[in-house]
Amino acid sequence: MSRKDFESDQDVRWCPGCGDYAILATVQRLMPELGVDREKIVFISGIGCSSRFPYYMNTYGFHSIHGRAPALATGLKASCPDLDVWIVTGDGDALSIGGNHVIHLMRRNVNVQMLLFNNQIYGLTKGQYSPTSELGKVTKSTPYGSLDHPFNPAALALGADATFVARTMDRDPKHMKVILKRAHAHRGAAFAEIYQNCNIFNDGAFFTYTEKESKPENTVFVQHGKPLVFDGGRKGLRLSGFSVEVVDLTNGQWSASDCVVHDETSRDLASVLARVFFKPGFPQPFGVFYAEQRPTYDDEIQKQMELVMDQRGTGDMAALLNAGDTWNIN
Amino acid sequence: MATQAPEKSVKLIPEATILFAGDSGDGMQLTGSQFTLAAAYARNDLATLPDFPAEIRAPAGTTYGVSGFQLRFGSVDVRTPGDDVDLLVAMNPAALKVNLARVHAHSAIIVNTDAFERRNLDLAGYTSNPLEDGSLEDRHVIPVKLTQLTRDALKDTGLGHKEIDRSKNMFALGLALWLYSRPMEPALEWLGNKFAKRPEVRDANTQVLKKGYHYGETTEQFIVRYDVAEAQMPPGRYRAIRGAQAMAMGLVAAGQKSGLTIFYGTYPITPASDLLHELSRLKNFGVMTFQAEDEIAAIGSALGASFGGHLGITGTSGPGLALKSETLGLAVMTELPLVVVNMQRGGPSTGLPTKTEQSDLLQSLFGRNGEAPLPVLAASTPGDCFETAFEACRVALTYMTPVVLLGDGYLGNGSEPWLIPSLDSLPDIDVTFADASHEANAEEGFLPYLRDQKTLARPWARPGTKGLEHRLGGLEKQDKTGNVSYDPENHELMTRLRAEKVERVADIIPKTVVHGDESGDVLVVGWGSTRGAIEAAVVEARKTGKRVGSINLRFLNPLPSDLGEVLSRFEHLIVPEINDGQLVMVLRSRFLLPFKSVTKMQGQPFKSSEIVSAIENASS
Repeated sequence: MSRKDFESDQDVRWCPGCGDYAILATVQRLMPELGVDREKIVFISGIGCSSRFPYYMNTYGFHSIHGRAPALATGLKASCPDLDVWIVTGDGDALSIGGNHVIHLMRRNVNVQMLLFNNQIYGLTKGQYSPTSELGKVTKSTPYGSLDHPFNPAALALGADATFVARTMDRDPKHMKVILKRAHAHRGAAFAEIYQNCNIFNDGAFFTYTEKESKPENTVFVQHGKPLVFDGGRKGLRLSGFSVEVVDLTNGQWSASDCVVHDETSRDLASVLARVFFKPGFPQPFGVFYAEQRPTYDDEIQKQMELVMDQRGTGDMAALLNAGDTWNIN
Repeated sequence: MATQAPEKSVKLIPEATILFAGDSGDGMQLTGSQFTLAAAYARNDLATLPDFPAEIRAPAGTTYGVSGFQLRFGSVDVRTPGDDVDLLVAMNPAALKVNLARVHAHSAIIVNTDAFERRNLDLAGYTSNPLEDGSLEDRHVIPVKLTQLTRDALKDTGLGHKEIDRSKNMFALGLALWLYSRPMEPALEWLGNKFAKRPEVRDANTQVLKKGYHYGETTEQFIVRYDVAEAQMPPGRYRAIRGAQAMAMGLVAAGQKSGLTIFYGTYPITPASDLLHELSRLKNFGVMTFQAEDEIAAIGSALGASFGGHLGITGTSGPGLALKSETLGLAVMTELPLVVVNMQRGGPSTGLPTKTEQSDLLQSLFGRNGEAPLPVLAASTPGDCFETAFEACRVALTYMTPVVLLGDGYLGNGSEPWLIPSLDSLPDIDVTFADASHEANAEEGFLPYLRDQKTLARPWARPGTKGLEHRLGGLEKQDKTGNVSYDPENHELMTRLRAEKVERVADIIPKTVVHGDESGDVLVVGWGSTRGAIEAAVVEARKTGKRVGSINLRFLNPLPSDLGEVLSRFEHLIVPEINDGQLVMVLRSRFLLPFKSVTKMQGQPFKSSEIVSAIENASS
């Protein structure tokens, strides 16, 4: 199997220059490496630009309705646990109309991968602000600036007790591939936020983090067991109370060994990192924030079915129909 | 049963209607259902009407906290829970006040006189005590110190006051069982099982039950005792069945007959939750249940399971169906089998959660965006819930379509004797999944929308099947390929194909059965749970020499193909519904005939006398 085997015969209809292309290419490149039979793979999406994704994958796919992909995915995965189920969603789909399903998918820990393409804007409806848009954003629907406080997707996922929380970006396909591979390897609900550029309605929203000139100083790539250093080793993040502070590693006062060593298994640290969120003077974290092993919903529901089957034997329909007090009339 | 030779005269009566009424906490539902079992045990035909408030424990003594359980049992054909009651058991003044209108003159009222004190009278809004002010003169009032007698019976048990008072419903049950010569065995057995781990409570309740029974024998208050002979019913094995139970078993039977796992995704809502309770116990029948986070997730999960090759089912009530409508549209577009059970209740909005209504018919038929037709079926009696549920699944699987299955609160909670069916008597449901052989059918590969010539159903290709990878979705499908298509001609073609497919369901609808006269003066066209009241009314109306028939439509969409012909055999057509005239709107537009609408919107089923009047008015 190669990347080609995962390309469907449908023309890709995203705007030229859209960040979605890079994500699609990365996913198609990743697929052959996963060792999963193509027919076992299902992509489920909601509504929005990102949600057209399944049409372009030569796997099973379901382009459902706005916000509801997690619901369909839960039913599918619970009843067909041997399928490899991926959810593709956007910031509006997942965090606005479908917010409720996202948190429940996370807490139940359904063994699926959720790829959240975050472009901080509504694309398919032509440019209204989204639940991740920054406060005061001027859009067609908010000519005087948006008034709502944006969601912090990683913190939201952690708040819903997600067992895998990660962030990556469209313009770093190498990192994206590593993260998506990790998400796939994770047994449980894997939440992967992908910063994705909408070059039509919100161009450059993440350029600070994605462009060569500004990226080193403004991003920190977290890795399990490694100290949190960035800007080519010139800066680091050091624990300070319940938060982190940026320290200069060049003036001799601090060294990498003073910096926080990332521990994916620490929910507390993950929460601290998730809170480093568009914080002035701080780098935006990317990578796997948190990974935890917890029984998955699909495993548990199957186990319970088997347990009841073992305890009570295969259901006898005639016995069920004739249960309770019965009487004969001749 | 420890029956002594009755000292009082026993009068054989063909039928009786009893209503147990009290506070929500008085255990009236339990009392009523135990009497139901006793009547079933004595082989009476019966019908029940549980009627309880939406509040779990409304303040004691208030009229809005009154919970009632009405049942009619007899040696005759019993189709309704009775228009008026022969015996009202009123545990407090509020219960009397709420239900007095149902007690016709000379009928009996057993009152718990202990509860008729100032405070309770005030709560019920009585300015004077009805037991003393002569207002009940034309009724046969039987005052019983139910609370005191129960306390006396249990004074040496060491149980607390609260626990003792809680068992007074058993006294009422015992007394009612004695009055109608029904057996105590089912109740005794039930108490034994229910309180197996609390023998002191079991013994106390047993003692009170028997005390109530013997009280009837010893007190001077009753001059006559009644007996009701066995009903003449078709031979076979019977059990008492509630609609929710029958519905659950019908769905399970469809799973068995199709060889599919059932995935029941739902969100609790009155009065559909019972279906979840029933199904969640049946995992060893291949029933997976999922309590979703909301109504939308419930149907979404069921559709996801259907996509995976299972029988996806979701259950709800009116407001929940509203939330599910977008996903129903998706199921129409993706042409996947799905059954949505809607146990209707009074609406709009939250409406009357515990009361019955048939007001979701138009929502079920049309409540979606776009042209989104789907089959709609309605169950007509508690027992019929079994067969209709099975049929709904068969339609969904045969035609690859979502189906709405309508019940209502009255059906779900009501019970009747049920001739137990055998699995063999049900038709097979043939489910064939697409496999690699389909791939060879088309040059360009698998065509997920290539239709069966007879049913117009598209192939069902489960994820996991090699070579049939395809994408479904809510965007318009290109004919055959299922690819996204905005082509104008294609959209019209697909819209027509989806409609035609649903119309073809009529091919499997059996010939319409007319109850009563096959032709004549008046045809009563009903659907759903009004069947009992309508058929009883037809029997009555025919006694006057009129030629009257009735039909009950199990299929509301499509309508049976012979319906027009049946309608043409009658001069007058009336359509009784527990709504403001929904089916009649459909029938008028379809047949352009002068249907007369008969409606009721009181949260209560029709009385058969109301239908009798409607029949009389129609032809006069």
